[in-house]
Amino acid sequence: MTVKKLSRGVALVGAGMSKFGGFKGKSSRDLFVEAFVEMLGTVDKGIDPRKIEALYVGNFSSDLFEGQGQLAPILANWTGLTPIPATRVEDACASAGVALRQGILAVASGMYDIVLVAGIEKMTDLPTEKVTDTLATAADQQYEIPAGFTFPGFYASMATAYMHTYGATPETFMKVGIKNHNNGSLNEKAQFGAKITTLMEARKASAAKKGLPIPEWADEMAFLHDDKANPVVAWPMRLYDCSPVSDGAAVVLLVSEELAGKFSNSPIFVAGTGHASDGALHDRDTLTSIPAAKLAGQQAYEMAGITPADIDFAEVHDCFTIAEIIATEDLGFFKPGEGGRMAEDGETSRDGEKPVNLSGGLKSKGHPVGASGIGQVVEVWKQLRGEAGERQLPGQLRFGLTHNVGGTGQTCVVHIFEKRD
Amino acid sequence: MDNQFTVAAYSSHLNEHRLMGSRDIKTGEVFLPPRPMNPATYSTEMEWVEFSGKGTLVAFTNVLSGPTAMIAAGYDRKNPYTVGIVKTAEGPMISAQILGVDSTDPASIKIGTPLQVRFVDRGEGDSRKTFLAFEPV
Repeated sequence: MTVKKLSRGVALVGAGMSKFGGFKGKSSRDLFVEAFVEMLGTVDKGIDPRKIEALYVGNFSSDLFEGQGQLAPILANWTGLTPIPATRVEDACASAGVALRQGILAVASGMYDIVLVAGIEKMTDLPTEKVTDTLATAADQQYEIPAGFTFPGFYASMATAYMHTYGATPETFMKVGIKNHNNGSLNEKAQFGAKITTLMEARKASAAKKGLPIPEWADEMAFLHDDKANPVVAWPMRLYDCSPVSDGAAVVLLVSEELAGKFSNSPIFVAGTGHASDGALHDRDTLTSIPAAKLAGQQAYEMAGITPADIDFAEVHDCFTIAEIIATEDLGFFKPGEGGRMAEDGETSRDGEKPVNLSGGLKSKGHPVGASGIGQVVEVWKQLRGEAGERQLPGQLRFGLTHNVGGTGQTCVVHIFEKRD
Repeated sequence: MDNQFTVAAYSSHLNEHRLMGSRDIKTGEVFLPPRPMNPATYSTEMEWVEFSGKGTLVAFTNVLSGPTAMIAAGYDRKNPYTVGIVKTAEGPMISAQILGVDSTDPASIKIGTPLQVRFVDRGEGDSRKTFLAFEPV
């Protein structure tokens, strides 16, 4: 297979996001405007928004979450972009990653020079079981869902297969959650931006205030083993193994490589892009890996001309803690079966060999499903430009990677971004 | 081509408590769920094949927080259910509810357990629908 290259280079010159969380009274368009305004402020040399030529919006299900179809033209209109072409892209939780790829291809083709890409989801208007049903529409409605599968259930099944094959335990997964909450505690945009220990103290304080018996936990692991504090959702996935239900929007501004210096003092370049698809979970040769993620990763590495060892840090799709472990193997950071032990040994922590999810990941930052793929890119943008504040990774950073999964891996998109000297 | 290997045909067989897949007449490869086209060869020369209903458990989970359809079927946090992926004796893997296990005790459920098909009817009269399940042999 010959290595695919873009016809011309593409750069990021702006990035912004709303806070992720539950925002009663704020609709998609309201969150989008917040992200858009923040993005405009990050374009070092400024941009007249009327120069933007096209909008691609990643969104999973505004239809079911908000009763709103044809979202993209509304978002364009609310940000003064009418009458540019506005396109909604849907591939479940990978919607924003796929939208980004469409934006990159549109600029690389020469069709447009300046493109806005967004990811957005407004999930919290529905009660939990309706959210579960809506998310489940990303799976096979004929042959998976009637069996009783839910998304936590799919990933929990991958977890039992992983435990059976490699000897991991539920504690392995808990370590990933602790790490991502530690990272998220440094992210002001995170929905649950607090360490597990902080959340434990808050629960004690709440019990004391209500005059209830104050719970005692020896440490984080004791808290995470407590069925009341951390109930099982789909064994072995407990509440703190699952990303939350969230609202949020994120946007990035893409321009052709030759225009990058006109807008930015420190543009971030697209070094590689990969995208693959797959069938139902039960139709795969493996349940302990996501084949589409491996393939998308290989495509992105080949285009960038680098190997996994060259990646300084990654934002991966930790919709469930098991998913992060599998991602670090699929992306070639660790050998198959070693991702769990590497997570336990702290190799994916801030100060580890391969920092993963410095933003807090989907687990702590929040997972407005159609927005997450661009939320990841906003973190890479900040880290590579040295603008991540308290959570800035020290040292010279060159390559950051994003890994965005739809469903159980029916879609996977991997991007590699580069900071050039 | 008049495609008879549809979702509706599969469901209709399931309602008669038969687990039916399709078989490529040329290569002999079997598919469950049934496919109208062999995705490897693009051949559409298929025939129906009844599966034996034997299989083994390859992955599972006990669901405590289910979707509305399973809540309506009587499951909840106090009465969880087990769902998993089953490798059939004929080869294909399929998603199914797993019955006859203690869904409150994950340590008691073992990957590799031999299973036998069970057909679960939900609803009455015209709205009766059969769901695919397996249970330990």
